[in-house]
Order: sequence, then C-alpha cells, then structure tokens
Amino acid sequence: MAIDLAFIWAAIIAFAVLAYVILDGFDLGVGILFPFFPEKHDRDQMMNSVAPVWDGNETWLVLGGGGLMAVFPLAYATILPALYAPLIAMLLGLIFRGVAFEYRWRTRRAEHLWNFAFAGGSILAAFSQGVALGALVQGIPVEDRAYAGGWWDWLTPFSIATGFALLIGYGLLGATWLVMKTTGPLAEKARRMASGAAVATVAAMGAFSLWTPWLEPLYLERWFGYPTAIFSFVVPLLVLGCLLVILNGLRAGRDVLPFVASLGLFVLGYAGIGISFYPYIVPGSLTIWDAAAPPESLAFLLVGAAVLVPIILCYTAYAYWVFRGKVDPEEGYH
Amino acid sequence: MFETFDAQLLARIQFAFTVSFHIIFPAFSIGLASYLAVLEGLWLWKKDKVYLELFNFWKTIFAVAFGMGVVSGIVMSYQFGTNWSVFSDKAGPVIGPLMGYEVLTAFFLEAGFLGVMLFGLKRVGPGLHYLATCMVALGTLISATWILAVNSWMQTPAGFAMNDVGQFVPVDWWAIVFNPSFPYRLTHMVIAAYLTTAFVVGGVGAWHLLRRTAPRRAGVMFSMAMWMAAIVAPIQILAGDAHGLNTLEHQPAKVMAMEGHFDSHADGAPLILFGLPNQAEKRVDYAIEIPKLSSLILKHSLNAPLAGLDTIDDDKEPPVAVVFWSFRVMVGLGFAMLGVGLWSLWCRYRGRLHDCSALHRVAVLMAPSGFVAVLAGWITTEVGRQPYTIYGHLLTADSISPIAAPAVAASLIAFIIVYFFVFGAGTFYILRLMARLPRDPMPDLDDGPVRASGITPVAQAAEGGKHGH
Ligand code: HDD
Ligand code: HEM
Ligand code: HEM
Repeated sequence: MAIDLAFIWAAIIAFAVLAYVILDGFDLGVGILFPFFPEKHDRDQMMNSVAPVWDGNETWLVLGGGGLMAVFPLAYATILPALYAPLIAMLLGLIFRGVAFEYRWRTRRAEHLWNFAFAGGSILAAFSQGVALGALVQGIPVEDRAYAGGWWDWLTPFSIATGFALLIGYGLLGATWLVMKTTGPLAEKARRMASGAAVATVAAMGAFSLWTPWLEPLYLERWFGYPTAIFSFVVPLLVLGCLLVILNGLRAGRDVLPFVASLGLFVLGYAGIGISFYPYIVPGSLTIWDAAAPPESLAFLLVGAAVLVPIILCYTAYAYWVFRGKVDPEEGYH
Repeated sequence: MFETFDAQLLARIQFAFTVSFHIIFPAFSIGLASYLAVLEGLWLWKKDKVYLELFNFWKTIFAVAFGMGVVSGIVMSYQFGTNWSVFSDKAGPVIGPLMGYEVLTAFFLEAGFLGVMLFGLKRVGPGLHYLATCMVALGTLISATWILAVNSWMQTPAGFAMNDVGQFVPVDWWAIVFNPSFPYRLTHMVIAAYLTTAFVVGGVGAWHLLRRTAPRRAGVMFSMAMWMAAIVAPIQILAGDAHGLNTLEHQPAKVMAMEGHFDSHADGAPLILFGLPNQAEKRVDYAIEIPKLSSLILKHSLNAPLAGLDTIDDDKEPPVAVVFWSFRVMVGLGFAMLGVGLWSLWCRYRGRLHDCSALHRVAVLMAPSGFVAVLAGWITTEVGRQPYTIYGHLLTADSISPIAAPAVAASLIAFIIVYFFVFGAGTFYILRLMARLPRDPMPDLDDGPVRASGITPVAQAAEGGKHGH
C-alpha cells in the first residue's frame, strides 16, 4: 500500500485540534475564572498573562476548521451543519472575548461591560465547544453526502453534560496557568481553586467514560475489545497519576508542574476519545477514507504542512519565551 | 414578501453581511501594518522620535482593528461549512488547501509576532522588535494573496477536473492559483488597502492640523499620506481599468451589468454615466450617455461592436442595478481620491501643505472613502458573479447547506445584533483614539537626560507610549 495520506492528515488535524484545546483551553479558562476575581488589579494581571498569546492560540482553531475543509471536505460539510447552533454560539462567544482584550483598556466607564464580555464570551465559547464535542460523540447521520438529521439533534443530556465538563476542564487549565504566571494573593487563590477543579475534572472524565460506551456499539467494542482494551486500563491509571501530581504539586507550592500535569489530563482524555473514534471522522457515518479529499489535494497541502508546522512551532515557542516568567503586576503591557 | 425570505436568501444575506464587516478590517490592517513597518523603519534609521511617537499612536489603533479582523475572520472560516456545505464538499479539494496555506503561512505568522510587536519592545529590543513588525506586515500581505487566489478561482476557475461524486479536483495547482483574474484582483485589492489606510491616516493628520493639537506629528502623517494618495490613486485607476478588461474577457455578463448594457451595439457602444437600470424592461431609464466611449474604454476603438445582456439567458443575468451602482460609487471615489492627491501636490509645490485648511477639511471628509470604495468594489465583483458561486460551474442555489430557514434567520439576527454592538463599540474606541494625539512635546524638554548608548532610550520611549490609557 502506498503512503496513507488520509491517515497522516487525520493525525495532523488531530494534532491541530489538540493544540487548540490545550492552548485556547487555558486562555478561555482564564476568562471562565474571571467572575471569581472581582479585583481590578487581579483582572489586569489575568488578562495580561494571556494577552500576547491568545491570538496565536486561536489560530489553531482556524487550522483545525480550515484544514478540515481542505483535507476532509465531506466531514467539514456534514459536521458543521449538524452542529450549527453550538458552533454559531461558539463564534459569537469568541467574538466577545476576543475584542475584550483590546476594548477593556480603551474605556473606564464601560470597563465592567468588557469584563462581562470577556467572562461571558469565554464561558459561552467553552460550553459550546463541549456541547459540540458531545454531539459529535453521539454520532451524526449522513445520507447522500449531506447531514441527514434534525436541527436539534445536538441537544441531549449527554451533550449538555459534556458542555459543563469542558467548562470545568478549561477552568482547571486556566487556574494552573495563573498559578504558573502570577504572584501574590491572586496566585494563592488560583492555587486553591485549581485543586477543586482538578478533582472535578477527573470526576467528569470518569463519568464521561462510563457514559460513552452505551451511546454507540463501536465505543463499547473499543473499550473492551483487544488490543484497545489495554488503553482502557492504562489511561485511567495515568489520569489518576496526573491528578496526584497536580494535587501534590499545588500543595507543595510548585508553579509549573500542576499546569503541565493538567495538560497531561487533556492529552489523555483526548487520546481516549481518539481511540474510540478511529477510523471514523464523523462517528457512525464516515471514516477518514470516506471523507478524504482526492490525493492531489492531500499531497499538495502536506508538503507545506511538513515544512511550515515545525517552523510555526519554533516561532510560537519563541513568542512564549519572550513573555516567559511571572507577569509583573507593575508592568502593564498596555 | 415574507415568503421570499427562504433559507437560501437568508444564507446569502448572512454571508454578505459577515464578509462585508470582515473586509473592512483587513482593508485597514493590511495597509496599516505596512505603514507601521515604515514608521518604525524611519525611526530606527533617522532616530527622530516623532516616528516612534507616530508608531505608538497607530499601533494602538492597529491592535483594536486587528482584533476585530481576527474575530470576524474566524466566523468566515466556519461559515463555509455551516451555511455553504454543498459548496464546501464540492470545492473543498481545490480551495481548501489554498486556505490551509493561508493559515500556515499568514495567520500563524501574524499571530506569532503580533504579541511581540504590541507588547514586546522592552523585552526584545528594537532590532528584533522591528523584525516582528515586518513579519506582521508580511503576514497580512500573504493572507491577502491566498484568499484572493481563492476568490479569483471562484470567479475564473481553472486547472481542475470533476470527479464522479461531483467534486472539483485539482489538476494543475499552478493554474489554480494563478487563475486568469488573480494577478489583477491581487494588485487592485492590495493597492485598495494602501489607499484606504492612506486616507484614514491623512484624515486624522488633517483633523489634528485643523485643531493645531500636534502640528509636527500631524504634519508628518498628513504629508506621508498625501504622497501615498498622489502616487497610488492614479495607479489604482490604471489597475482597475486592466482588471475590467480582464473581466470583460472572462465574465462578460458582469461587465455588461456594470456598464448597464442591456442591448448589444454593432458599431460603438455608449458609456452610460448615470441612469436607472430597469431589469424587467431591459433598459436603462433616464440614461445620460456619451456615445461610443464604452467601446473606446473596453475595446480601445470607437466603433468596436460590444455585446449586451440580450446575449445572455435571463436566468444567468446578475442583478444589474446593484452592480451598476456599486461600480459607479467605486469609480467615483477613485477619481475623487485622485483629485485629492493632485490637489495635495499643488499645495506641496506651493509650500502650503500644512496650512491649506480647505484641503484639510476635504481630507477629513474623505477619511472613510477607502472603506466605501472597497465595499462597493466587492459588491460589484460578487453580485456580478451571480447566479454562480463558481462561475459557470456551480450555481449559488446549488451551494447551500440543508439548513432550515428559522435556524438561519436566528443566526442572522444574532450576527446583526452582535456585529453592530461589538464593532460599533470598536469603531467608537478607534475614533476616540484617533482624536487623542497628545500635544507635541516642548522641543527642549523633549529628550530627557541624555544617555550614552544601549537600550535605555528604547525603554524610555516605550514608557512614553504607555500612557495610552
Ligand atoms: C480603494 C478602493 C478602490 C478604488 C479607489 C477602486 N477600486 Fe476597483 N475594486 C476594489 C477597490 C477599489 C476592490 C475592493 O479591491 C475590488 C473588489 C474585488 C477586487 O478584485 O477588487 C474592486 C473591483 C473592481 C472591478 C471588478 C473586477 C471583477 O470583479 O472582475 C473593476 C472592473 C474595478 N474594480 C475597476 C476599478 C476602476 C476602473 C477604478 C477607478 C476609478 C477602481 N476600480 C477604483
Ligand atoms: C471580503 C470582501 C468580500 C465582500 C465584501 C464580499 C461580498 C459578497 C456579497 C455582497 C455577496 C452576496 C452576493 C449575492 O448574493 O448577490 C457575497 C457572496 C459570496 N461570496 Fe463574497 N465577498 C468578499 C470576499 C469573498 C471571498 C474572499 C470569498 C471566497 C473565499 C467569497 C465567497 C463568497 C461566497 C461563497 C458567497 C456566497 C454565495 C453568494 O451568495 O453569492 N467572498 N460576497
Ligand atoms: C470569505 C473569505 C475569508 C475568510 C474565510 C477569511 C478568514 C479569516 C480568518 C479566519 C482570519 C483570522 C486569522 C487569525 O486568527 O489570525 C482572518 C483575518 C484576516 N483576513 Fe480574512 N478571510 C476572508 C476574506 C478576506 C479577504 C478578502 C482579505 C483581504 C484581501 C482578508 C484578509 C485578512 C487579513 C489581512 C487578516 C488578518 C486580520 C486583520 O488584518 O484584521 N480576508 N480572515
């Protein structure tokens, strides 16, 4: 068999989505935690900790979406209409929080308005992404190369539950990010919140894992069939390991470790979902080979991705490096 | 009339609405990013602090505009799938990779260096900071290149074949990217972005010259902007003419609509200056025409025959009135810009550029003209392409997602409310920032303690830029 371009691309898209989830995850998380920090001084620092990088983080979302259109156009053309309402809600949420980064500094009178937009937009975006994820996991019916379900199919107790779960998970990323990037009472409060969020996140992951196998026979088979069942045992152990690292790290006053271990939780959860899905890209309907664009398209973009993604990772790392260390409360980037 | 609001029409309104908002920001930020690179370059080269002050002034405005561009752009990249899913499935293999390259080569570059450009001067020093500014500017230009390749391919498709499930499949990538209208569209659009920015900068400079807040800084920006207008407006008219000839070759029906030619003319077609296109009766009412001029412009010969919309099937005609009028708005503004440019040359020649208040008033009035021209130009282009999304191959009516009208209506209303609120506020903040050019510092208090060398002046200067709020 020749090189399986569809498989390579599935891996790249999966990577882009994961990069999005963990990167925008922590800056959405900072927005989700905003309501818990009423002090202006704290809020300034929270915002400054993500202001230089949020745009880059969100670009992974564009790569995930735009890339899907390029390499799995049929998946793009069936998933997006199926998730119409949650996706529009997500976009609106992202608008509010995105502009708040700048607007908040442009007005004193209406500052509270943009604080609200930042928090509300982050919460709406995160919740909608969770709902979209849940709806995707439930499966999307496709007939004749088009979405064949109804307009409210995405709305189920399961998808609402995943919406809340993602909200908590992003909250954890945001809290551990603040532990890492800030100082003083702000960091201490974030530290306290992080422990709670970590426990809640792992509980949500557990509930999710117990629920999904009953949604779709394929998942059940994956969870308990060989060889994937090995992962069904290893992943939960690793998840518990991460949880311990987070909790101990927080207690021991470590700054970086809890954030890294929280990222670990997300990677594990993501891998678990990936194992359940593969090789479906539209669960229950289309495999990656059904949805793939013709090889000419896949190859053309792959050449660029192979060269450019490493370069992108380098200068993104550089941008993070420039803004390394704790946010200086006195500095005020603006 | 309400039943005409079917899902397709709603989706078209939603697309037109969101993309029209989106284009306003890139049109400004493409030009402004390059302007910022020029300002910072001048500062590093001439060491004149006025350039750094101007850089900081426009940088803050850029940040707000760019943020709006990003969030409205993300909406666009999802809307192809949510509302135009059949189009996405069919055209995805061709235009998807081009947009993928846009993300990989442009969006990441902009986003990666934007943070450094906005917040990092003190952290990285002037050399690397300048690099970051240049990368952001380069990113905006690369972005325009790819997205215009996409749009041009939809206007003048080339280099593809159809597969058995009805998808467009790429055959020759070179032909796809460099499709017949792409070089023209790219040139015209990038110049449009520069002109748009020039008139905004010129308008702000003129406003402060009139109010005498900061004559030195206002004078520098006004002068730079007027050079741009004087040099680039004529080039834009030539580029537009070339673009029109290209369109005549590949999308004749669009040009017929722009010109209002319902009838063919066997020996020399008139140029209709104004009139009321009447598509039902297939004529232009109250037309004011100049005989044979249209043939002269389009065919370079007074008596050349020119075909009209009578040669096109009725159901393949674009809506004439919209195209006719939007085209006239754009061209009218193009000539008005040329006029301002020439006038500024005259004032400059007489050494009165900084105190010709009539010119300044007109420049303030013309500040938003670029945005209007850009929108008018795009409306000409896109409405003139109707009834196709992919010209000659895929009808708009066959491109749409199977989404029920109430869902699209709800999202459209949400977009309208949110956009007017959010981007209205943003525009207000930008206008307020523009109005606040701090007074020119007194020349002798200006420089502070003189330091020998090193990075200190930068740090100081960056301090200076901080009191933005
Ligand atoms: C500052 C903006 C601006 C100005 C002053 C002009 N244009 Fe323009 N025009 C645009 C901005 C623009 C644009 C927004 O960039 C468009 C829309 C799509 C495109 O390719 O460029 C455009 C499209 C466009 C088209 C449609 C091409 C097509 O869709 O196939 C033609 C024929 C012209 N222009 C011609 C002109 C002429 C003859 C002008 C001179 C008076 C002129 N434009 C001034
Ligand atoms: C950014 C500047 C642009 C503006 C202001 C603009 C404007 C418009 C307008 C007014 C329409 C509605 C036409 C009608 O229905 O009569 C439209 C449709 C459309 N345009 Fe554009 N457009 C722009 C750029 C683009 C680009 C870059 C693309 C492709 C990459 C594109 C793709 C489309 C599509 C798919 C439609 C929907 C089909 C339709 O209704 O015609 N547009 N646009
Ligand atoms: C309908 C087609 C379009 C789509 C799908 C689209 C998509 C996007 C997206 C997703 C972004 C955000 C990038 C980020 O995260 O940093 C963006 C920003 C941008 N777009 Fe568009 N865009 C379209 C039309 C255009 C056109 C016609 C131009 C210019 C000719 C343009 C130029 C830009 C630029 C320069 C930016 C950077 C942000 C800014 O300058 O405000 N786009 N676009």
